[in-house]
Amino acid sequence: MNTAVEGLGVEGVHIWRGDRHVLKGVSLSLQPRQLLHIAGPNGTGKTTLLRVVCGLLRPEQGRVSWLGKPIASVRAEYQAALAYASHEPALKADLTALENLRFAVGLKRRVTVDELRGSLERTGVAACSDLPARVLSAGQRRRVAMARVLAMGASLWLLDEPFTNLDAAGTDLLSSLLQSHVEQGGAALVVAHQDLKIDVDMRRLDLGP
Amino acid sequence: MNVGTLEAFALVVRRELCLSFRRPDQLLQPLVFFLIVTTLFPLGLSLQLSLLRDMAPGVLWVAALLSSLLSLDALFKSDADDGTLEQLALSGQGLTLIVVAKTFAHWLVTGVALVLASPVVATALGIPGSAFTTMMLSLGLGTLTLSWLGAIGAGLTVGLRRGNVLLSLIVLPLAMPLLIFGAGATDRAISGVSPTGALYFLAALCVFTCTLAPFAATVALRISLE
Repeated sequence: MNTAVEGLGVEGVHIWRGDRHVLKGVSLSLQPRQLLHIAGPNGTGKTTLLRVVCGLLRPEQGRVSWLGKPIASVRAEYQAALAYASHEPALKADLTALENLRFAVGLKRRVTVDELRGSLERTGVAACSDLPARVLSAGQRRRVAMARVLAMGASLWLLDEPFTNLDAAGTDLLSSLLQSHVEQGGAALVVAHQDLKIDVDMRRLDLGP
Repeated sequence: MNVGTLEAFALVVRRELCLSFRRPDQLLQPLVFFLIVTTLFPLGLSLQLSLLRDMAPGVLWVAALLSSLLSLDALFKSDADDGTLEQLALSGQGLTLIVVAKTFAHWLVTGVALVLASPVVATALGIPGSAFTTMMLSLGLGTLTLSWLGAIGAGLTVGLRRGNVLLSLIVLPLAMPLLIFGAGATDRAISGVSPTGALYFLAALCVFTCTLAPFAATVALRISLE
């Protein structure tokens, strides 16, 4: 029996992709002030697991619950509480960094432009606020995507390989952002290949082939 | 603080309009296509104005349907390709609202543009000015209905590499009633008969798709997202 009444609970999730059995009964639980590092070789279903947790993908077996209830029954509240960053930065190339944030975050909660500029500043891309996303480098786009996660003010962060394309300073920055998020009572699920150097209650889940 | 449904709807519509106007070339393509296709007919049929006038409503409507289809392919695909569709789907606003707002914005930039351009085309095809009101009204209802039908098709084909042809194959048969009643209404107005009956039919089709298509398109999109 899973004890995850307060936070996120995943119990015995199975996913088949055609003939491939991608997720074979994955269970996990995540409470506030915890970070779960999901690791494993390529093709072992890390992204799939994250999409299941988001609710984008329905598991063929098993269940995902939030605050003790199945996520399908508390969809609106659950989505309001989560911030998902996929492995693409998910930015519109024709919109500026700031507009990208405004249209994405504005659906979750009421934000002011200053708040959005503030989160762009915290991820070190304030200078790019008014540039179209198409001219940004891959690392800058990743930072803008991180600023979107920050601005959403969500308690649950679901990050898919957030360290990709980041330079050393960016990696340190993201680690410190994760640390302060978890210390302030948030929870995070991070898919990453490298070891995380974050000083919080961190566990690791290895997905095998 | 939570964002209200209307506020979210307005925000998504603004996003779509903003994106459309950043890409004027793509915005104008369907309109130019409409103008060129309808201009080809008078050139091909040369001097027989009476023949042209008889064919005008059909020509106008077929051109309008095809040019609306041109841009439908990108309705969800561009967002699905760059990952922003997932962000929209997880925004807490419900996918149906997103679908409704995006489809409505799509109609604003394609359907309304076609309606506004139609008097120019109609003049070239020899449609008398007395039939313009009926023609524009029927085109407005028809393009809105088509946007909704297209949203279902676009939702179904969003995951396919080359979904454009399949989209046309799905949507065009469903659009046949539109062509019949739309061209019929315009035809009646030209010959001075009351087009009310045909317009009512178009309005009924429009209401029917407006109420049911959002849900069908949402389900189609959700399946494609998985």
